[in-house]
Amino acid sequence: MGHPEPHLDLSPRVSDEVRKTTCYMCACRCGIDVHLKAGRVAYIEGNRDHPVNKGVLCAKGSAGIMQVNAPSRLRAPLRRTGPRGSGQFEEITWDEALQTAVDWMAPLRETAPQKLAFFTGRDQSQSLTSWWAQAFGTPNYAAHGGFCSVNMAAAGIYTMGGAFWEFGQPDWERTKLLLLFGVAEDHDSNPIKMGLGKLKARGARVIGINPIRTGYNAVADDWIGITPGTDGLLILSLIHCLLKAGKIDLDYLTRFTNAPVLVNEDPASPENGLFLRDARGKPLVLDRATGLPTAFDAPGVKPGLAHGYRRAGITHRPVFQILAERYLSDDYAPEAVAGRCGIPAPRIHALAAELARVAFDEAIEIPQPWTDFRGERQETMIGRPVAMHAMRGISAHSNGFQTARALHLLQILLGTVETPGGFRFKPPYPKPPEAHPKPHATATPGQPLKGPHLGYPMGPEDLALDADGRAQRIDKAFTWENPLSAHGLMHMVISNAHAGDPYRIDTLFLYMANMAWNSSMGTARTIEMLTDTDPETGDYVIPRIIYSDAYSSEMVAYADLILPDTTYLERHDCISLLDRPISEADAAGDAIRWPVVAPDRDVRGFQSVLLDLGARLGLPGFVADDGSPAYADYADYITRHERRPGIGPLMGFRNDGTATGRGAPNPEQLARYIENGSHFTHHIPEAAQFYKPWNMAYQEWAVSLGLYDSPQPYIFNLWLEPLRRFQLAAEGHGPHQPPDHLRTRIKATMDPLPVWYEPFEQAAIDTAAYPLHALTQRPMAMYHSWGSQNAWLRQIHGENPLYLPTNLWEDHGFTEGSWGRVTSPHGEITVPVAHMAALNPNTVWTWNAIGKRKGAWALDPDAPEATRGFLLNHLIHELLPPKGDGHRWANSDPITGQAAWFDLRVRIEKCPAPREAHPALPPLASPVGRGPKSLAWKIGR
Amino acid sequence: MTQLPTSTTRKLGLVIDLDTCVGCHACVIACKGWNTENYGAPLSDQDPYGAAPSGTFLNRVHSYEITPKTGPAQLVHFPKSCLHCEDAPCVTVCPTGASYKRVDDGIVLVNETDCIGCGLCAWACPYGAREMDKAAGVMKKCTLCVDRIYNENLPEIDREPACVRTCPAGARHFGDLGDPGSDVSQLVATRGGIDLMPEMGTKPVNKYLPPRPRDTWEQTDILAPFLTPVSETPQGFLGWLDRALDRL
Amino acid sequence: MAGSTGRWTGSDMHPAPSVILFTTLSGLGFGLLIFLGLGLPAVTGWTAFGFFLIAYVLAVGGLMASAFHLGHPERALKAFTQWQTSWLSREAVVAVAALLVMGIFAAPAVFLGLRLPVLGGLGAALSLATVIATAMIYTQLKTVPRWNQILTPLHFGSVALAGGALLAGQLTAAAVLLLAAGLIQIGHWRVGDTRFAEAGHTLATATGLGQPGRIRAFEAPHTGTNYLLREMVHVIGRKHALKLRGVALTLGYLVPLGLVLIPGAGHVLGGLAVLSHAAGMAASRWLFFAEAEHVLGLYYGRHG
Ligand SMILES: Nc1nc2c(c(=O)[nH]1)N[C@H]1C(S)=C(S)[C@@H](COP(=O)(O)OP(=O)(O)OC[C@H]3O[C@@H](n4cnc5c(=O)[nH]c(N)nc54)[C@H](O)[C@@H]3O)O[C@H]1N2
Ligand SMILES: Nc1nc2c(c(=O)[nH]1)N[C@H]1C(S)=C(S)[C@@H](COP(=O)(O)OP(=O)(O)OC[C@H]3O[C@@H](n4cnc5c(=O)[nH]c(N)nc54)[C@H](O)[C@@H]3O)O[C@H]1N2
Ligand code: SF4
Ligand code: SF4
Ligand code: SF4
Ligand code: SF4
Ligand code: SF4
Ligand SMILES: [Mo]
Repeated sequence: MGHPEPHLDLSPRVSDEVRKTTCYMCACRCGIDVHLKAGRVAYIEGNRDHPVNKGVLCAKGSAGIMQVNAPSRLRAPLRRTGPRGSGQFEEITWDEALQTAVDWMAPLRETAPQKLAFFTGRDQSQSLTSWWAQAFGTPNYAAHGGFCSVNMAAAGIYTMGGAFWEFGQPDWERTKLLLLFGVAEDHDSNPIKMGLGKLKARGARVIGINPIRTGYNAVADDWIGITPGTDGLLILSLIHCLLKAGKIDLDYLTRFTNAPVLVNEDPASPENGLFLRDARGKPLVLDRATGLPTAFDAPGVKPGLAHGYRRAGITHRPVFQILAERYLSDDYAPEAVAGRCGIPAPRIHALAAELARVAFDEAIEIPQPWTDFRGERQETMIGRPVAMHAMRGISAHSNGFQTARALHLLQILLGTVETPGGFRFKPPYPKPPEAHPKPHATATPGQPLKGPHLGYPMGPEDLALDADGRAQRIDKAFTWENPLSAHGLMHMVISNAHAGDPYRIDTLFLYMANMAWNSSMGTARTIEMLTDTDPETGDYVIPRIIYSDAYSSEMVAYADLILPDTTYLERHDCISLLDRPISEADAAGDAIRWPVVAPDRDVRGFQSVLLDLGARLGLPGFVADDGSPAYADYADYITRHERRPGIGPLMGFRNDGTATGRGAPNPEQLARYIENGSHFTHHIPEAAQFYKPWNMAYQEWAVSLGLYDSPQPYIFNLWLEPLRRFQLAAEGHGPHQPPDHLRTRIKATMDPLPVWYEPFEQAAIDTAAYPLHALTQRPMAMYHSWGSQNAWLRQIHGENPLYLPTNLWEDHGFTEGSWGRVTSPHGEITVPVAHMAALNPNTVWTWNAIGKRKGAWALDPDAPEATRGFLLNHLIHELLPPKGDGHRWANSDPITGQAAWFDLRVRIEKCPAPREAHPALPPLASPVGRGPKSLAWKIGR
Repeated sequence: MTQLPTSTTRKLGLVIDLDTCVGCHACVIACKGWNTENYGAPLSDQDPYGAAPSGTFLNRVHSYEITPKTGPAQLVHFPKSCLHCEDAPCVTVCPTGASYKRVDDGIVLVNETDCIGCGLCAWACPYGAREMDKAAGVMKKCTLCVDRIYNENLPEIDREPACVRTCPAGARHFGDLGDPGSDVSQLVATRGGIDLMPEMGTKPVNKYLPPRPRDTWEQTDILAPFLTPVSETPQGFLGWLDRALDRL
Repeated sequence: MAGSTGRWTGSDMHPAPSVILFTTLSGLGFGLLIFLGLGLPAVTGWTAFGFFLIAYVLAVGGLMASAFHLGHPERALKAFTQWQTSWLSREAVVAVAALLVMGIFAAPAVFLGLRLPVLGGLGAALSLATVIATAMIYTQLKTVPRWNQILTPLHFGSVALAGGALLAGQLTAAAVLLLAAGLIQIGHWRVGDTRFAEAGHTLATATGLGQPGRIRAFEAPHTGTNYLLREMVHVIGRKHALKLRGVALTLGYLVPLGLVLIPGAGHVLGGLAVLSHAAGMAASRWLFFAEAEHVLGLYYGRHG
């Protein structure tokens, strides 16, 4: 025998210290254990005690160490020295930087606050940034939701008082059938993976509906490779089948939805399509016991569905009848939609039957008594173990709002929302649209805005229009073009500001959004707008741009003043119930970040900088009575700020540390959070865990926690009255009238019952010339543009081919290593291609945001991201092709304004391999230099 | 020592569930992170911000496309690291004894202070499980996190490989495959776990659970009763509605 | 075949020059030592010095070249320990033994004009064993079916003998050996070309995911390249390979054969024959490594 086994130290010291904080590489916000050696980050793993990830961590999370040491980190405030887009800067002090910002902003506040536009991207502190913008007085504030997934959010909130994403989840523990519509990764990424793992372990069935079969769809037991943009049609067809077979939860519909609410059916009435209401404004239902119209929430009422009601000569029918009539139509028969959807009719029948079987034959019952808002006590909780989850695959289309509505309608008809085994809200949801603010947009010099910018309009009177009917906001949110644009339209800001339509602005203030690259529609055009000058004055058309980034992104090159941020391990952050918390279906949760390492550069946390700016500008709330800054920094704000008395950014450890939700600020709060692993969880009592919108135990729990000040029970909106109000206006009723050119579209799209219409772009172009749908997907191991600066992650996704289905691959004679020229109505790109069989035959796709501009992110200009990687954004336009009617229609959902990224249509030709992918924009000068030639990151030797 | 033990007390290894793996690469990076900071030389990267980045990874996730005779094509994500073979050819070829298989638990390791970096073991491994670290000039491979699984500085629950601990989908399992009663052995038995390239005779300890059958749409006629129309006319539908509500 | 993008689909880099140099040169060197050990020619004095110098430069140079291939050449001594199991270790041991024995044989021959045939015979055997041990390093690898065949050691052995004969000026032997080696070379290629398929390794067996033809590599794990691809997964065009085989065959075997068959071939022609043979062998060895076709390529979408 050879020599003996060497001695091994099986118990090496893992670290000197573990600091627990919250991950930041995406909006999922997992808990992390940061292992430090000699004060430096040695290893990051998941926090087992954290409610979100329970110890697991994704690739980005584990690679956080390479994000914190990335050579692309900005090092000090920068002032532009070369022309915009050159990347030439000089370092300045923070005092100079802040003074410059104040010099630019203060005069605007005094004269025309709307001339400052403040838009934030992938941030997680909207409750602070919006409060700042409100205090400044500009109506021009929003985060990135308008180009992200507002269709999903708004349709969810308007229909059922809550949405998917991280605001609601399948009942992973109990569901037996999960339908995933258009999900690649989502915000709730680790929980979805954990959930899928649970379903797999239990042998529950997962069905993926997606043109592309990767990731979650690859592990799905069944895959439906739907044609993009047609989910609405598929869903309405499923509804057709279920209605026809009577496989719907009538009990649920009568008690918890507006199915029984009586609707005015008189075509001549100005109230046509609106609800019959009592004197207090309560919608009325026909009581089956008395046969009389009765308030929907009256104790003991037994709402009926089968009969109409005539009053004052006007016929009223329950919502459900109108709904049934519509969807029972043969237009929605599987045979009628199969071709469009690219799904055989028998498959649609089978899917409907499977939904019916699981919902009704495999129903579950939990022996848990509860009492509803009408005071009725139920002995058990009945569950229909069918869960659905959807994301941008349905929402990033111009018919996305109605498609998301259709999906919720399907869930509700089956009785699966907020019931065991179905879909569950996470606090602070459920919360009906009425409980949200209305939009505020009237700017007054020197004054704060009267209320929050964003909200949920209930009718034309809530639009953000001035007396002349002109848009008050630079992004034209809450106008007739997109009345329910609850998250604003960040993708329109630069083009509107450039066009001076509705007006010119002075200073564009951006935070954490790579608008000069992957988050713009038409990247090269956006760059032109950012650099365009006024021929008369020679000034930039958008005169000033202030930007806060932590890294040397493409956008940095287009700003005049850079406020360099810290990385996520170097600052305080607050993941608050006032914003996007980390709640679970059976618990409210919030969390913090704290500086687990100190920055080694002259950078400051942006939120602290914003507080400082607010104080320097003397904004109300940001200065104390004596004019001194109200908050020392963000940590101080997190601890002491109160939104309403007793309600602050964090719910845990209030008062003397024992109060939850409501209570006086506690100076020890952050210390207590840190001790607690940087998060706090408050459980929902068992009797309150389901049926939340109607469950009085939940309502009272929510009030006690401070989610709302009084119980807010409500019923789900199958019929969405606010939409009908806009339609009525389009039909000529009421004082608020849309411009004539929009009437037809409003009537067609703002239907109070979900409809499907063809996505706008394909309806506007010759589809024979652009026969293909072109999509992007999130790679699980990359976060938008900023994974590429990560030495580990970029080895996984350093370039991206365009994947082509087999038919296309063969017909065009593509072979391994081929390139293709891809043309849309708006542009052309030349890119490497690859073959994929598990793909809808009319669809091509690529990974999102891998392509990089030369010179950005401290990468070599010859980096594969810059030479072979590419963006589809070059092919996308924020406007549809001209139709010759004098209007350039927006490439957005007509209801919410959500950017229709996935409506893109293209054609492809084989072409000789060029030297690099096209278009190739000229390199940027790097303000941070280049990364090192080799890396071996080991702290403890 | 280059001779393989005739038998090992235990056979520690991984069971990877191809039915569940979503291909997220979490295990890849957790492995990179742990093994960069721990066992032996850090896993280095060359040209990490440059035109041809390349680094050492002990675990990589492939993906394969399956086109069945009927039904749509499928995609399978396929993580691969050292399989800790019972008959490990990488060990016997090693000229220095740096490569060895532990008698106690069967883990195949490289003793980096003995390794001359000849690369032969990597050639001998059929699975591409060994990578020479360019900066350190020594052979790297999955250690089965030998410095975690017994580590007394870690809480008991964390004494499992970094990749297993991090896997969000729960697609990776760790245990003693030599003990037929262990959870992993049971899993392999019930799910029909398989060996990679069994014809190589390496007798891998790690097992793969194959994907469950996909796209087995049940015959519509089995489900047909669930879609029997309640009525063929709108009037009839309302009548059904009335009756159904009365039954509530 | 694979849904390929970028550079991961296999390295177009050349196999490490050090290995090519090593196997070519040391083969020649040990080949010459075999003949010197056998007393063909039975040289002494300065002639012997010249012959031994050439043999040692080639053999030791080759060994040194291979040491360059190591990550830690300074630990090379450790490679002598595992002779019980490792062919690489055995090769090291036998090589040193061969060099030592031949050294002891050479010293008296050069300086005392004294030839010790038994020692020479032993040295020759050890030198042949070294060549065979080298071959066995490759032959033993089931992972490279092309190498994993009986003709591999025969090829290495016959080439070393032919080259040795050329260098030793044993023209008749050289002619016979070149012919034999050339035939073995052709045989090695022909058998090698089907070895992979015969061995039965497919992506299906590699992944356990069902029948061949049904399964295809979709995306490689990383878009970036890696050690394995650089080292073991080479893509070499069929046409290119055929051309190189032609070159190897012509320069390595035919030309030297032709030259030694020219009646009265002198030192000049002999020298040319040696050079041609060495160049041909370099091409042959380049192909030997470039065409290796490691089974791990399956995982990256190489081979059926
Ligand atoms: N073709 C196509 N385009 C799309 C999409 C698509 O699906 N297809 N998706 C769209 C969607 S949904 C979104 S949300 C957008 C996302 O696009 P962006 O909002 O542009 O997202 P990122 O690329 O992540 O850019 C965020 C910026 O924040 C910076 N940053 C990172 N960390 C910090 C920090 O700690 N502090 C500060 N101050 N800055 C930081 C980064 O360096 C980067 O410059 O892309 C949109 N664009
Ligand atoms: N790792 C990682 N995680 C992320 C992000 C990231 O960049 N990286 N970004 C975060 C952000 S900002 C967002 S908005 C979310 C987005 O989360 P997702 O919505 O999951 O992300 P996308 O990649 O846009 O996925 C869209 C999916 O819809 C499919 N699809 C497209 N059109 C259709 C259609 O018409 N019908 C159907 N059924 N499917 C369709 C696409 O094939 C794709 O699978 O992810 C978040 N999480
Ligand atoms: S999913 Fe990943 S990146 Fe997102 S917060 Fe969790 S660990 Fe971080
Ligand atoms: S997988 Fe490869 S490296 Fe691991 S034991 Fe088997 S042969 Fe050796
Ligand atoms: S590289 Fe190291 S471990 Fe591998 S065979 Fe050579 S000496 Fe042994
Ligand atoms: S067991 Fe440890 S070393 Fe092996 S692949 Fe997993 S994390 Fe990497
Ligand atoms: S972490 Fe788990 S799910 Fe993700 S790639 Fe690895 S094995 Fe698959
Ligand atoms: Mo997004």
